[in-house]
Amino acid sequence: MKNADGRRQTADSRMQKADAGKCTLRYTSGFAAAQCGKALPFRQRPIFLARLRLAPRGIASALIKTLRKGVAFPHCAAAKPLALTISILLIAGIASAQQPGNPTTQSGVTRPRGIFAITNARIVTVSGPEIENGTIVIRDGKIEAVGTSVTVPAGARTIDARGLSVYPGMIDAGTAMGLVEVGQGASGTVDTAEVGELNPNAKAIIAVNPHSAHIGVTRVDGVTSAMSLPVGGLISGQGALINLVGTSPAEMAVVPYAALVINYPRTSAGGGSPFFNELPQTILTEALAAANRQVEQIRKFLREAEAYGRAQDAYAKDKALPRPAQNVVLEAMVPYVRGQRPVIFRADRETDMRGAIRFAEEMKLKPIILGGDDAGKIVGLLKEKNVPVILTGILDLPIREDDFYDTLYENAAKLQQAGVRFAISSGDSGPNVRNLPYYAGMAAAFGLPKAEALKAVTLYPAQIMNVADRLGSIEVGKMANLVVTDGDLLETRTHVRHLFIDGREVPLTSRHTELNDAFKNRR
Amino acid sequence: MRRLLIYLVGCSLFAGFLPAATAQDRSPLTETIIRNATVLTITRGTLTNTDVLIRNGKIAALGKNLKAAAGARVIDGTGKYVMPGIVDCHSHSMLDTINEGSLSVTSMARTRDVLNPNDIDLYRGLAGGVTTLNLLHGSANAIGGLNTVVKMKFGRPVEEFIFPGAMPGIKFALGENPKRSSFQPQPGQTRRYPATRMGVEEVIRDAFTRARDYQKTWAEHRAAVARREKNLVAPRRDLQLEPLVEVLEGKRLVHAHCYRADEILMLINVANEFGFKIKTFQHTLEGYKVAKEIAQHGAGASIFADNWSYKIEAYDAIPYNAAIMTRAGVNVSMNSDSDERARRLNIEAAKAMRYGDLSEEEALKLITWNPAWQLGIHDRVGSIEVGKDADVAIWNGHPLSVYSRVDTTFIDGQVFFDRQQDLARRADAQRERAALEAAEPNRPPAGGASPRTPRGRRPAHDDDLGKGDTGEVEQP
Repeated sequence: MKNADGRRQTADSRMQKADAGKCTLRYTSGFAAAQCGKALPFRQRPIFLARLRLAPRGIASALIKTLRKGVAFPHCAAAKPLALTISILLIAGIASAQQPGNPTTQSGVTRPRGIFAITNARIVTVSGPEIENGTIVIRDGKIEAVGTSVTVPAGARTIDARGLSVYPGMIDAGTAMGLVEVGQGASGTVDTAEVGELNPNAKAIIAVNPHSAHIGVTRVDGVTSAMSLPVGGLISGQGALINLVGTSPAEMAVVPYAALVINYPRTSAGGGSPFFNELPQTILTEALAAANRQVEQIRKFLREAEAYGRAQDAYAKDKALPRPAQNVVLEAMVPYVRGQRPVIFRADRETDMRGAIRFAEEMKLKPIILGGDDAGKIVGLLKEKNVPVILTGILDLPIREDDFYDTLYENAAKLQQAGVRFAISSGDSGPNVRNLPYYAGMAAAFGLPKAEALKAVTLYPAQIMNVADRLGSIEVGKMANLVVTDGDLLETRTHVRHLFIDGREVPLTSRHTELNDAFKNRR
Repeated sequence: MRRLLIYLVGCSLFAGFLPAATAQDRSPLTETIIRNATVLTITRGTLTNTDVLIRNGKIAALGKNLKAAAGARVIDGTGKYVMPGIVDCHSHSMLDTINEGSLSVTSMARTRDVLNPNDIDLYRGLAGGVTTLNLLHGSANAIGGLNTVVKMKFGRPVEEFIFPGAMPGIKFALGENPKRSSFQPQPGQTRRYPATRMGVEEVIRDAFTRARDYQKTWAEHRAAVARREKNLVAPRRDLQLEPLVEVLEGKRLVHAHCYRADEILMLINVANEFGFKIKTFQHTLEGYKVAKEIAQHGAGASIFADNWSYKIEAYDAIPYNAAIMTRAGVNVSMNSDSDERARRLNIEAAKAMRYGDLSEEEALKLITWNPAWQLGIHDRVGSIEVGKDADVAIWNGHPLSVYSRVDTTFIDGQVFFDRQQDLARRADAQRERAALEAAEPNRPPAGGASPRTPRGRRPAHDDDLGKGDTGEVEQP
């Protein structure tokens, strides 16, 4: 969870300190005085990310510990020969630590798609009415049939779901799934933030680790897809929408380049730590100027990308023109500056969200707000501009000390009542994404209708990410991402009984079930 | 002057807004009756359509059609659930500072000296049905400072927070935090001892060896006094060793932060060697690997439901921990270690039903009776029984449901949170805020320093996030 206001500022300042002197501008355009200040870290991790940069020495000991732990585990793969290089040891250590048991369940070696029938189930389609005593047929990864008078095809593996419910798999649109395994003390496992400010070509899909233990742990609780987003700099990179099963990133990818992530520059005023490292009070005019400079930095970069795209197009049509130089960084920006793909703006405060919406309009981008703690205050604007919001702060402490205790709990209800498009996310980097249903549940406890809470973690994120033709509900033709439960999907005490992702039956095992099995009967 | 003005206006702003205003809503009534509710007693099952009579701060009666005094506050509990106030066995709320991190043994430092009764997160916790906190020193040191057990009487003077008769305790810490593995010394600063788990064990052994000597020195002195020897000089008091002598004598509870199975066993061995008991292992993420040994020692375990992977020593944490340890006979509680998580410990408890299939009653015990036992206050709180303190919360649905929220929270029979009162105050609070924002001293200046946002608060101290307990408050 993100910190209360003052603390987040402190974290940001620490990031700045940590980055100072190290920061090199990855992409250097015409303006030289690029400063390496603003780096909104991933919500949960700001301080130790900063610390890790200061403390690379921790890696070696973390490595040794990880190895030791992996080797100590009874069913663990054999330790790798010591002669290997450190880097190989690191990979091996993490991999072995993640695969204590049956490697097929941990590594997500994908099972074949087949023909399945789930019968006698209560089917919560989300997009339409609930179906009692229904049947779902899955073939070749897709939902082939849904209803009460569906014939089970010959050769189908049938699951009798009497007394059980089927839901579409949940989608968390605001994570860093697979980009970080252990944040503190194992910086070798952290691939969330690139060096520098403008990194549109940092693509999450390149670094998502399909064998992260977080993935198995998350899916067995019913979250079947996630947006994995890079976090660093002003332009963090491109997020990927992935299914939480697969042996390679390619197998997992639903949309490999799903959105560009921009940390909208924030005016930092006052705050600081109450402890020894208290920072001098910010001069407001200077803080505003600094934020404006950063916005200008992004603006120029976007304009440059537009120009680059036009030049490349012109040359493609007319080879007689001078050949424009190729540039992978600008190339990555082109679909976004043309509004062909969405741009996610991380912004929580009212002023920042207003700024981001204005900026997106000016630059003709397709904006999505990620964060949105103050979104309840600007529902009119969000509705008018049709800007969707992915709420990540429902279980955060309210930003301000005088905010009402339920300000963030009821944020989703306010958006829903005003007709703003929204989704609910855990905002977690990976290990706790499985708690997504409780974020939605808390919103439902504070005014969001239960059906809307369910949509907020299924159909709505799919719509916002423009994949509602494939994900988010139980409909014929959609990808078979299905969760069979013994109760309400959002209730804590509910158990997942069967799981399908991309039409493949996924075993309900994870690093956690394996450790449980290994130790629960120790006497 | 201008700054001072801003500060003063800011102060009044918060004083006006903060739900400290509950004080005026608090009924002077000595009697309250909750009618026709479902009562989760914890120790005596679930009572349906039951009245709860609260008199003079205690639970006076449970039953049907109870009679209340004329003028008693009557609350219709139809369709609602009454459960004991939640006891959070690991909190750093209210503490202006957490870690005296300069030494590896700081048993002379007391959390009691840094309590801030105006911490707004207390109110937010009350709104989650929490009534009692175990305020612990941080985990920077192998032997940390002394704890304070409080009732969350937000809006009252700090003296009224102290839980009467609670056993005093002390924080120990093992593993990555006391060995400072995530802490980079400032230039010119030497690394603090210990830097390994070997050193952590040695620090504890050394401290108790000195404490035992100190205990003997005093025992010899007292014996000499008893023999009426002349010209005796009393030994010098040692404030560091006195609490450790109390531990040796069973007068002070040890709450030991730990993660890995090996360090849990290490501390059990040291404790056995010196003849004292560990009352609780805190966090205890690998407790499930050595549940048998923890049960044999008689210690409790106060844990997170499902937090893991935030650091190396948390990589083997599993959400089945509560169930495995419970079945091995360990008294298990779920704590927050975070002002945020404290607001939804009911959901944390319910996770033990999802992972490991604990019963409803076992899950509820994780946040009520069990932590009360761990703090030695189970004769006062942790269940709903006649004669116990009236520390209860009324929920609008079953507290283990994610869809439920708290309507009213009582401590000693007084209302410290009430949702309807909170809602009723909002329009006024918003008007007041708008007026203050419009006041000249609060308008953004054309230049110069900006109005200060409220001072950066001490971190919420998620040990699990590597903040607070580990890194935020170290001295350079």
